[in-house]
Amino acid sequence: MIATRAAGVPGVAALAVLVVLSVALLAGAVRLEAVRERAYPASADDEDAVYVRSGTAIRRMSGAFSALAADVYWIRTVQYYGGLKRTKAPETLAPAPPLLLTPLQYQQLFPLLDIVTTLDPRFTVAYRFGAVFLAEEPPGGPGRSDLAIKLLEKGLAAQPDKWEYMEDAGFVHYWYRHDYREAAVWFNRAADVPRAPVWLRALAATTLARGGDRRSSRTMWEAIRQSDFDWLRANAEFRLAQLRALDDMDALQSIVDRLGKGGAPVVSWRALVLARVLARVPVDPRGTPYELSGGRVQLSRSSPLWPLPVEPS
Amino acid sequence: MKATAAIAINVFRESVRDKVLYNLVLFAVLLIGASYLLGQLTAGQDVKIIKDLGLSATSVFGLFIAIFIGIGLVSKEVERRSIYGLLPKPIHRYQIILGKFAGLSLTLAVNVAVMAVALYAVLFYMAWGVAPSVQSAWDAPALDPALLLAIGLILAELVLITAIALFFSTFSTPILSAALTFGFFLVGHFSDDLRHFDQVVDSPAAARLARGLYWVLPNLSQFDVKARVVHGEPIPMGYMALTLGYGALYTAMLLGISMYVFSRRDFK
Repeated sequence: MIATRAAGVPGVAALAVLVVLSVALLAGAVRLEAVRERAYPASADDEDAVYVRSGTAIRRMSGAFSALAADVYWIRTVQYYGGLKRTKAPETLAPAPPLLLTPLQYQQLFPLLDIVTTLDPRFTVAYRFGAVFLAEEPPGGPGRSDLAIKLLEKGLAAQPDKWEYMEDAGFVHYWYRHDYREAAVWFNRAADVPRAPVWLRALAATTLARGGDRRSSRTMWEAIRQSDFDWLRANAEFRLAQLRALDDMDALQSIVDRLGKGGAPVVSWRALVLARVLARVPVDPRGTPYELSGGRVQLSRSSPLWPLPVEPS
Repeated sequence: MKATAAIAINVFRESVRDKVLYNLVLFAVLLIGASYLLGQLTAGQDVKIIKDLGLSATSVFGLFIAIFIGIGLVSKEVERRSIYGLLPKPIHRYQIILGKFAGLSLTLAVNVAVMAVALYAVLFYMAWGVAPSVQSAWDAPALDPALLLAIGLILAELVLITAIALFFSTFSTPILSAALTFGFFLVGHFSDDLRHFDQVVDSPAAARLARGLYWVLPNLSQFDVKARVVHGEPIPMGYMALTLGYGALYTAMLLGISMYVFSRRDFK
């Protein structure tokens, strides 16, 4: 026992030296890595590359673990899209303030979603996420409504009774393609699915009758706001805020036009506030003041709501 | 029976002594770490991904245990010459094989059971306080009892793989046994390709050979219902019964051959 204890002292000392040495070496390695990262940052191309583009090939390679591989690619998709948008609220994926991204910068979005849905054909959120964000016009997305529809049709091939995909297809036709007839066809198709919500039929009728007007858009987004997905609800809230901004701007424009007719054109909000026409400088639903330029009320380009949707003339 | 049980318990104790159950700590750390990080990365898919990760990790850790311990069950005894101490005892050789198999199966069962409890604990933590409206977006509830069906089939698959590893270890070297067992695992998960081989080749003979291999080689893909369970798809009890029955018969066949080979083996 004594011999063991005697041998234990140098053993503890040796262990302490080993720990200190290991920590010092690791700290040195970390430091060098940090220096290397600053001196030679990874190019964006390297980070964005999808080396294997075939979901089928990846499925073959992942064998019994293809669902887990789908999860890995899903996380990569969310990071890719979230990284591009640099959103302040990544969990919602609501459109963030404009960054002037080009469609080319989203070029990996569809391949990634395609891989995810090939690896796990029942990955509902991937189809729905893809439908919304692939169709989104630049700078918020690549503006590829064709790919959005393609992805949803792939989802319907895997799950033919998924009315949510049909609703999303209708939504893409409505909002991004302004094809209200086709949108109504998809909404009706969704309404035909057993256990689909009853409001789909009303949505189809409204779309067909008044497609494109603000009221029918609001009806559609309010329906989408009922979604179970946080990010879809957040996106619907965002669009509804844009529609409220359009309403606000119309109301403000009519005030400006009315006052402008009586004399000098209105050039600033301050004048209207001083004249007690407005209580304060008007702000959009996200708190950014509206701009008044040349007698025209506009949404500020610094507003999170910019750019506003194009309304049919 | 008593001798078989004694050997089985000895194998289990040896596994514990060999710190095999340390993998449970790794499993727990993996799940807890993932549950903390995934919420930030997955746009609301954290519960699905934890289920995928937990079931896949259960399968992978179990696979490694089944292969790397299974291949040593017999060969290690021969290498260490401890088999010579066993053979003169009043034990039949088939009891050694059965005992080894039962011991490793017990180790795997304990492993899988603890992993299942850990998985449910993490899922409980993740679902805690989540609004019902958010939970309704999940394909299946977080604490879905159907996960046990997937876990049960994973265990059945691991037991079958143990039987494969034990079979090879009765006549082959550990490295070759590991390679062959892993090869069977891979082929077993691509059995659908063998079944539909005639769609990609013109040769009727090759197609017949592939079809024959499909029936003869273990079809492990049927044990994989992880994705279906995670997406809330029902697993019929008939499917479970047929798959478990298949696993039991195939395992029994491999054990029978292993016992025969081992009983004929000359240890002089």
